[in-house]
Amino acid sequence: MKLNRRNFIGSAAAVSATLSAPMVMGGSHGRPRVVVIGGGAGGATAARYLAKDGKGMIDVTLVEPTRTYYTCFFSNLYIGGFREFSSIGHTYGKLAADYGINVIHDWAIGVDRDAKTVTLAGGGTLPYDRLVLSPGIDFKEGAVPGWDVTAQQKMPHAYKAGSQTQLLKSQLEAMPQGGTFCMVAPPNPFRCPPGPYERVSMVAHHLKANNPTAKILIVDPKPKFSKQALFQEGWSNHYDGMIEWIGPDFGGDKVEVRPDMMEVVIDGEVTKVDVCNVIPAMKAGKIAEIAGVTNEAGWAPVHAATMASKVDQNIHVLGDASHQGDMPKSGFAANSQAKVAAMAIRGALTGSKVFPAKFTNTCWSLIETNDGIKVGASYEATDEKIAKTDGFISKTGEDAALRKVTFEESVGWYDGITSDMFG
Amino acid sequence: MIELRHVLLSVIVACFAQSAAANHADADAKRGERVFKKCRSCHKVGEGATNRVGPQLNLLFQRVAGSIEGFKYSESMLRAGADGLVWDHNTLDTYLENPKSLISKTRMNFRGLKDAGDRANVMAYLRQFSDNPANIPEASPTTVGTDHEVDPAILALQGDPEYGEYLSSECVSCHQIDGADSGIPSITNWPAEDFVIAMHAYKDKKRVHPVMQMMAGRLSAEEIAGLAAYFEKVGQ
Ligand SMILES: Cc1cc2nc3c(=O)[nH]c(=O)nc-3n(C[C@H](O)[C@H](O)[C@H](O)COP(=O)(O)OP(=O)(O)OC[C@H]3O[C@@H](n4cnc5c(N)ncnc54)[C@H](O)[C@@H]3O)c2cc1C
Repeated sequence: MKLNRRNFIGSAAAVSATLSAPMVMGGSHGRPRVVVIGGGAGGATAARYLAKDGKGMIDVTLVEPTRTYYTCFFSNLYIGGFREFSSIGHTYGKLAADYGINVIHDWAIGVDRDAKTVTLAGGGTLPYDRLVLSPGIDFKEGAVPGWDVTAQQKMPHAYKAGSQTQLLKSQLEAMPQGGTFCMVAPPNPFRCPPGPYERVSMVAHHLKANNPTAKILIVDPKPKFSKQALFQEGWSNHYDGMIEWIGPDFGGDKVEVRPDMMEVVIDGEVTKVDVCNVIPAMKAGKIAEIAGVTNEAGWAPVHAATMASKVDQNIHVLGDASHQGDMPKSGFAANSQAKVAAMAIRGALTGSKVFPAKFTNTCWSLIETNDGIKVGASYEATDEKIAKTDGFISKTGEDAALRKVTFEESVGWYDGITSDMFG
Repeated sequence: MIELRHVLLSVIVACFAQSAAANHADADAKRGERVFKKCRSCHKVGEGATNRVGPQLNLLFQRVAGSIEGFKYSESMLRAGADGLVWDHNTLDTYLENPKSLISKTRMNFRGLKDAGDRANVMAYLRQFSDNPANIPEASPTTVGTDHEVDPAILALQGDPEYGEYLSSECVSCHQIDGADSGIPSITNWPAEDFVIAMHAYKDKKRVHPVMQMMAGRLSAEEIAGLAAYFEKVGQ
């Protein structure tokens, strides 16, 4: 194990204590302190594993502004009417009560990397030995001409779950008969590669039952998308003629929106729409940029084996915000990375055993009632990146029984991952 | 006791380390009928055969596992069928050798036919009750592996539960540690040996589930043993 000098500065006593008992290396303040920013798939998991496996030896603080975290995963199923909104909301009570995590509902607004402190919007300052950043995503300004966050009431993104998701659903339900639902899909890389296309499936499911002459338009800057063959097969099986996908060959990459007029301009041609779901290009959550750990593309490069920032060894970046290699930006991936990071941090702070990093991901999507599909892969840490080692994907033409089991699996997974995050 | 069984197994494995397909060439339906006596108390086959304790076995080959209407199968069997398990020469051979290696919680309370010749014979017998016995593929060309039984040396490995606990963090993204099993089966508090057998069946691609094939595929025998040791005792 490599000892980190900075952890020792503070008191000579800490150094001698380390020699006899290499378990506590936090310096003069007692237990080593880890601050986690963001209580989502990455952050909640990291906090829970640090507290659980640290067995009281690590002081864990979780900073998250919202009291109820609504998962983006399964938020599409809520839009389709397959889940209640309350069923995708989770609170932090168990993390505080059962795991002794200090949960602070506030925004982090500053990181001083030299002093190793985090500033909160409410005015407090939190010192740390290690900082974990899992702030998810923010949108790139100017990515879709005509759209900025002030337009999100008229043209919601619904790509951070919560009131945006409810808004999109209510707009969908209020659509006039035979109206048009438009989605402006994001360029790579973005959170949940199959997410927009699962959403279109769920929107189509709703329309088929309630508004069968309505149309769905997907304006997409990408020449191809995740699980494309599977989605397109499902769309023609279940929603024939309802969904039109406009890729870059037909101007999908040249789009402008006019929120006040509910217009979408595709390659110069103006189309009136009734609902417009704009999912702009993404970057790491702003606090990563404020901490100074992001690259020009807006993501935070990390070392695969520990998820430590390439800029600062005391900061670990998880999930969507990280630039790590081959893993997609998914909740499953963030959860998997969080466990690797928690192990590495524990090893560094308490001398506990560090095993080789392993990562996995599986993303399920629902196309129509009991028609579930999945894609997944396993990964390992190389010097360069998180590298894919093996993978699988559902096949076109699978029978109904298999698709049903696949959907049921996704429900089981949802219960599994949320209890792995929140206890 | 367990030790002795492992020793016996290794002797048996040594004696019948030929491929199932090779055995099949000299399979003898008459002998198979005699072997089938072991099955007969639960399974009927032939004209007018009906479901008893076990499902009837007419038209067994190319049948999707767990697919006879009205028969009450185990959850595990139904899941395997939905995942794509189809009875053919190879899958039956695996199942008959050690039912639990393929279907952990099968209701078929049978220890298995350890003798490859017995299995080939009983399959030759059962083939007569399928539509076109001559057309039944011996084994689909994509199937892999003919040594079905988990190597006794692997079963004898003592897993390190601490390592298993670390590795388990990958499992619990889907499998709930409290044993809840909606949609995804529980793996909590399984007997370690069942766990090891099941994981090696995925690793060897005898079990069909793609996620589990991938997960097990990258685990070493020690790692599987560690997981088995951890999950056997967790929460107790
Ligand atoms: C429609 C949709 C469907 C999806 N479906 C799936 C799916 O089926 N499976 C799957 O695996 N993934 C899915 N995802 C992706 C998944 O939601 C994300 O990849 C995952 O949430 C990323 O985890 P994270 O920890 O990086 O960020 P998040 O889970 O977004 O968590 C970030 C948290 O940080 C907080 N935060 C941000 N800034 C600050 C700050 N300055 N101070 C304090 N707190 C802050 C936020 O409030 C938020 O709670 C889907 C996403 C979408 C949009």
